[in-house]
Amino acid sequence: MTAADLVVALMLLVPACAAAALALLPQYRISARLNMGAALVTLLLGLSLTVSRPAPGLYLLVDDLNIVLIVLTTFVGFTTSAFSASYIAHELEIGRLTPAHLRFYHAMYQVLMFAMNLALLANNIGLMWVAVELATLTTVLMVGIYRTHAALEAAWKYFILGSVGIALALFGTILVYVAARPAMGQGSDSMAWTHLLAAAPSFDPVLLNLAFVFLLIGYGTKVGLAPLHAWLPDAHAEGPTPISAVLSGLLLNVALYALLRFKMLLAANPGALAPGPLMVTMGLVSVLFASFMLYRRRDIKRMFAYSSIEHMGIITFAFGMGGALANFAGLLHMAMHSLTKSAIFFAVGHVSQAKGTQKIAEIRGLTESHPVLGWGLVLGVVAIAGMPPLGIFMSEFLIVTSTFARAPLLAIALVAGILIGFGALFLRLHQVAFGEPIGHSEPVQASYVPLFAHLALVAIAGIYLPSAIVAWFRNVAELLGG
Amino acid sequence: MITRGLDFDVAHLLAGGMVLLSFMLLYQDRLFSLLRIFALHALVLALAVAWQASVQAAPHLYVTAAIALVFKAIVIPLALRRIVVRLGIHRQLETVVGVGPTMLLGMGLVALSIAVILPVTAEADPLAREDLAFALSVVLLGLLMMITRRNAISQVIGFMSLENGLVLAATGAKGMPLVVEISVAFSILIAFIVIGIFLFRIRERFDTVDVGAMDRFRGDRV
Repeated sequence: MTAADLVVALMLLVPACAAAALALLPQYRISARLNMGAALVTLLLGLSLTVSRPAPGLYLLVDDLNIVLIVLTTFVGFTTSAFSASYIAHELEIGRLTPAHLRFYHAMYQVLMFAMNLALLANNIGLMWVAVELATLTTVLMVGIYRTHAALEAAWKYFILGSVGIALALFGTILVYVAARPAMGQGSDSMAWTHLLAAAPSFDPVLLNLAFVFLLIGYGTKVGLAPLHAWLPDAHAEGPTPISAVLSGLLLNVALYALLRFKMLLAANPGALAPGPLMVTMGLVSVLFASFMLYRRRDIKRMFAYSSIEHMGIITFAFGMGGALANFAGLLHMAMHSLTKSAIFFAVGHVSQAKGTQKIAEIRGLTESHPVLGWGLVLGVVAIAGMPPLGIFMSEFLIVTSTFARAPLLAIALVAGILIGFGALFLRLHQVAFGEPIGHSEPVQASYVPLFAHLALVAIAGIYLPSAIVAWFRNVAELLGG
Repeated sequence: MITRGLDFDVAHLLAGGMVLLSFMLLYQDRLFSLLRIFALHALVLALAVAWQASVQAAPHLYVTAAIALVFKAIVIPLALRRIVVRLGIHRQLETVVGVGPTMLLGMGLVALSIAVILPVTAEADPLAREDLAFALSVVLLGLLMMITRRNAISQVIGFMSLENGLVLAATGAKGMPLVVEISVAFSILIAFIVIGIFLFRIRERFDTVDVGAMDRFRGDRV
């Protein structure tokens, strides 16, 4: 066992052990610190994988594609745990959560980290499915943690739709195995990514097509693509805000990553249908639908949940277009959206605590009443709306230009969707951030470091991307193919 | 050749039995009889999986069969029965769509899955092929049941019958690795659902396990 193998094993063991410890620790202050500590260790382990990575094993794998997402996931996991520490202290104070709930919450947070790391590291389509299922379960439990009517309803809806989604994904996974079996024989090898990809050209193409349809609907539900998105706004709005940040920033990415892996299989098989048009259509429908829906939102967290649907749509669209440039832009957008959206949820979490409400109509003049928080939110929304020179502008620009070169009509539809969403976001931002402050408001004890760290990264990425990262992303974009 | 014919016939019979039971689940209008039919559904699944284990000489599949038998055919129906009694849930079931149209839709779905699966698996071995077509029928009928029922418990039963179809497909795909792990993961999921119904005490909050009632508590409409 080499050092790198050990690192990969530890990436799973650290969150698992932390979850067990957190389930037993009664003191929430210590728990919050331990939660942060475990997330930090996982982040460091993830970073060390960029330097040296292990050879692909039977069950676990580190390659160019997943390493990007592993670093992103562990980073946002760590910053969110820091945000969560200040967020839950307030929830405990006002009695929305009890110490027993917090024990459960912290343990589940680490189980979620474990599940997402496992899903990303898995070199086996069955194992990956189990990990996505575990991640779904933990988030369901966390969404329902407030036990209010709305929270329970959101958790139930998420649960039913998420379960149906992953059930269909499993059927797709079984079909992939059935397609692969004549070429690969039996045994665990025949479900390993590395082997599947090598043998993909000889799979039965028709069966592979059928499998992809199930996988697209199944994992697509977890990505939140319209019309399978119904669970997403409720789950984001009713759960604790750190969970909204992790859901939007990470879990949606993990589900999309699973879909991308299967797309690679189809792309490697000459007889299979091109998965691109399917993904382009679902992506575009999501963008257009979500950007119109943004206008009707009255709940601030729900609004940003719809914005997540929009951005996942943009990313799916980019990968559906395929080709080196669009894939590159899609990957970049994935990273930028994760960082920006979780930053926005950090801000929104403190805002809703300060104002005691999530209703947009009852929040006014944040930049006056809470300058740092208010301007942080303004910056986040400016970034997510795609204003230059921030990171999201760059990735959206790349997606649009690469589409214009190949399918101008699609590009026009995409731009229309982005602009409509842009209008809605600024309309609401103006209401919330400026004008006379109204209603009850408390000072917040927020830790601004995670919020501004994310925004700084997004700003830097918009102006300057280090050539090493560009080379890396390019390499992955090639790997993803058409 | 004769033994092979028997292998095939019994597998076919059991898988077909599951499709038939899925249809029976569709038209039940009492909660307890729904639970009984579901227990039977899981029992037939256990037999089908055990038969596959012996045909494929894959002893690990007996574990999956045992899980289906003990957990899904006995423990879950009993637990749900207790919940129904303890929470005093209405024993009559409401459906969104009438029985007639539902059955017609169900037949359409079975025809669809046969039309989809059989042509694309022409080269696979007949055992896996027929199993897959039946399994997809069970999955789609489970989905149909989840859509046409308003009551949370019958939605859960719809989901579990759907999941039985998936296990049938996974065991029918000869030599598929991780089947046992996947069925364990699924059992955990189902256990969570059942515990969830009970612990969250949906009734306490809503006075009913009718999902339609929950829809009223939408945050956005306030």
